[in-house]
Amino acid sequence: MSAQPGGYNFAYLDEQTKRMIRRAILKAVAVPGYQVPFASREMPMPYGWGTGGVQVTAAIITRTDVLKVIDQGSDDTTNAVSIRKFFAKTADVATTERTTDASIIQTRHRIPETPLRRDQIIVYQVPIPEPLRFLEPRETETRRMHALEEYGLMHVKLYEDIARHGHIATTYAYPVKVNGRYVTDPSPTPKFDNPKMDNCPALQLFGAGREKRIYAIPPYTEVKSLDFEDHPFEVQTWEESCALCGAGDTFLDEVITDDRGGRMFVCSDSDFCSQRRSAGHTGVQSPEAAE
Amino acid sequence: MIDGSILDVRNIAKDFTLHAQGGARLAVFAGVGFTLAPGDCLVLSGPSGIGKSTLMRMIYGNFRCQSGEILVRHGDEVIDVANAHPHRILDIRRTTMGYVSQFLRVIPRVATLDVVMEPALAQGIPATEARARAELLLAQLRIPESLWGLSPVTFSGGEQQRVNLARGFAARYPLMLLDEPTASLDAKNRETVIEMIGAARDHGTAIIGIFHDADARAQVCNRAFDLSAYAVKAA
Amino acid sequence: MSLFCYAEPLLSAEGITKTFGRITGCADVNLDLYAGEVLGIVGESGSGKSTLLRCLSAAVTPDAGTVSYTLRQGGTKDVHAMGDAERRMLMRTDWAFVHQNPRDGLRMHVSAGGNVGERLMAVGERHYGDIRGCAGEWLAKVEIAENRIDDLPVTFSGGMQQRLQIARNLVTHPRLAFMDEPTGGLDVSVQARLLDLLRGLVSDLGLAAIVVTHDLAVARHLSHRLMVMKQGRVVETGLTDQVLDDPQHPYSQLLVSSILRA
Repeated sequence: MSAQPGGYNFAYLDEQTKRMIRRAILKAVAVPGYQVPFASREMPMPYGWGTGGVQVTAAIITRTDVLKVIDQGSDDTTNAVSIRKFFAKTADVATTERTTDASIIQTRHRIPETPLRRDQIIVYQVPIPEPLRFLEPRETETRRMHALEEYGLMHVKLYEDIARHGHIATTYAYPVKVNGRYVTDPSPTPKFDNPKMDNCPALQLFGAGREKRIYAIPPYTEVKSLDFEDHPFEVQTWEESCALCGAGDTFLDEVITDDRGGRMFVCSDSDFCSQRRSAGHTGVQSPEAAE
Repeated sequence: MIDGSILDVRNIAKDFTLHAQGGARLAVFAGVGFTLAPGDCLVLSGPSGIGKSTLMRMIYGNFRCQSGEILVRHGDEVIDVANAHPHRILDIRRTTMGYVSQFLRVIPRVATLDVVMEPALAQGIPATEARARAELLLAQLRIPESLWGLSPVTFSGGEQQRVNLARGFAARYPLMLLDEPTASLDAKNRETVIEMIGAARDHGTAIIGIFHDADARAQVCNRAFDLSAYAVKAA
Repeated sequence: MSLFCYAEPLLSAEGITKTFGRITGCADVNLDLYAGEVLGIVGESGSGKSTLLRCLSAAVTPDAGTVSYTLRQGGTKDVHAMGDAERRMLMRTDWAFVHQNPRDGLRMHVSAGGNVGERLMAVGERHYGDIRGCAGEWLAKVEIAENRIDDLPVTFSGGMQQRLQIARNLVTHPRLAFMDEPTGGLDVSVQARLLDLLRGLVSDLGLAAIVVTHDLAVARHLSHRLMVMKQGRVVETGLTDQVLDDPQHPYSQLLVSSILRA
């Protein structure tokens, strides 16, 4: 191993740890949607700040990879910046903000709008990997339920939503059934992103550091959101389009612009929006439009 | 079992052992036996306390036999009530053997009509027919229609007994056990009940009855069995 | 249609023995239960009746003996030799377990409708309207007002919680119900109402049941047959009316004579 800055091993983790994590990943890929326990290490950031995702990325990243890190769809939030710097320092890898240029994308809370490719890997940061946890607090019981494919309780949660709100009120971390077998938590991505997981050409890896679980969805795997026959799964829609690039089919963030209730809607995926703007698309609030 | 008979009581004995009172043993009777054919109406006679009700309860499976057999023709089979699995006795009570005790066991919240309909429903008779039969019997026994929806818990002794009788006759049984069916009834109702018993007997039902009332005895019974001959004398 | 079947028993237990170290839970218990029958198991605290119930309902594995159950589709299976998945499926469809404390048998923070609908969802029902409709029907059957379908069981009285537990268990038309002191802890009038309800359901649905109780009045009202237990052993068994009217065993006689009469 060549000398690393600060004496860290490549990508921070020691080689044995990486092997352990890779074994967990292989097992996860072999059983899509199944939560594989792993010996989560102490990382130089606290729990809740993406330690699971970072460990997965650290185990798979190579010197030739190009890394993109996003948080809520944006490359320039604190978390995304910190994690990108972490890998730049400990692995000296190239980083990018462009989805199309990345080989590994680590994300918190969103899937990029740009469709992913076969040669890409997306790594999700997951807080609570167990989709049944809030209904059934006992780990012994939830493990049994997964083992015996007893998912009635998951539908009870959706039933409760409809009974209470008239519709399924879950808008993020919307449970999915992977490969027709395991019910999985897609991480706190908006349900808007669920369809992107279905039959995705890229490998999807999920890391939960605090809860010490890794799971995976191999490329081209069926991922189906749970619903009822008479309350089918629906994604969110907006009346507005992106104020900057005019996109009408992306996940929009609401941005408050002044104290008088002024607001605008912009693409949450910052890279996607800037690509569209470079291509000449405009929205109602683009600097050009104001003229 | 003799061909054509529906009940064959063979050499049965009854005693009670009171463990709570130092194991005191009360012998009631021994060596009792008789047979019954369809259309027989047998009166059990003997002085009060001799064990007539006890014998009836043994035939019904409510009291145990200390020895002997009680053979009942149940459909195509012959079953010994004294030694049968409770499951079989329940089936016998449902379709073959009916019992009208001296007192109605009341459940406070069940309506009179439902009480009377229940045995018929248990036999699988459709609710409409069971209800029709129940209503007819209650009317015959002069229970006012206004009372049919109420529980019998507040009825007089005589009224309760008439409900008990209606319940006993609502379902059809090849064998019926009647314990003092006309006690606590006035003359009119007594006549009605005697008619009902007579009609059942003429239809081929085999009946064992305990009748305090000599008149009723004379009108319906064609056989008699005196239990005094089998009573165990007190020491 | 005959609810009483001459064919093989629905549940058959042979030689059930369970000990806890030196303490005998139950010893060498045999029983047969037929469709549509209610068997009461009575005895004082510590008699082994709850242990026996748990052995029969596969909540606990006995040290010796077998429990055989006749499946809906025919054939019998050893309940304890079954695979986990099969047994859990049985518990959710063909069997019911009514706990003494309704909180043990309900999800307290899921609505009444959700509680009743869970079994349906667990066996693959996926139409919200149908599930809700079925749940509403069952709430009516157990005399819970339909407008409480979205309320949480924490807001229900004890009697209502118990009735909800019953509805939750019966929605998949089980053939066999295990009940552990179903009326324990309830007011007398509430108890009476619950017994009436159970009696009605047993006869309407042709349900077979094993009811453990220390209260002979409950046994008299609900069961066709009775088993008396003392110190882990069955001391007497027979028709309920026979055991209560002509008890043979000294302990049965003691129990019966102890009933307070009005």
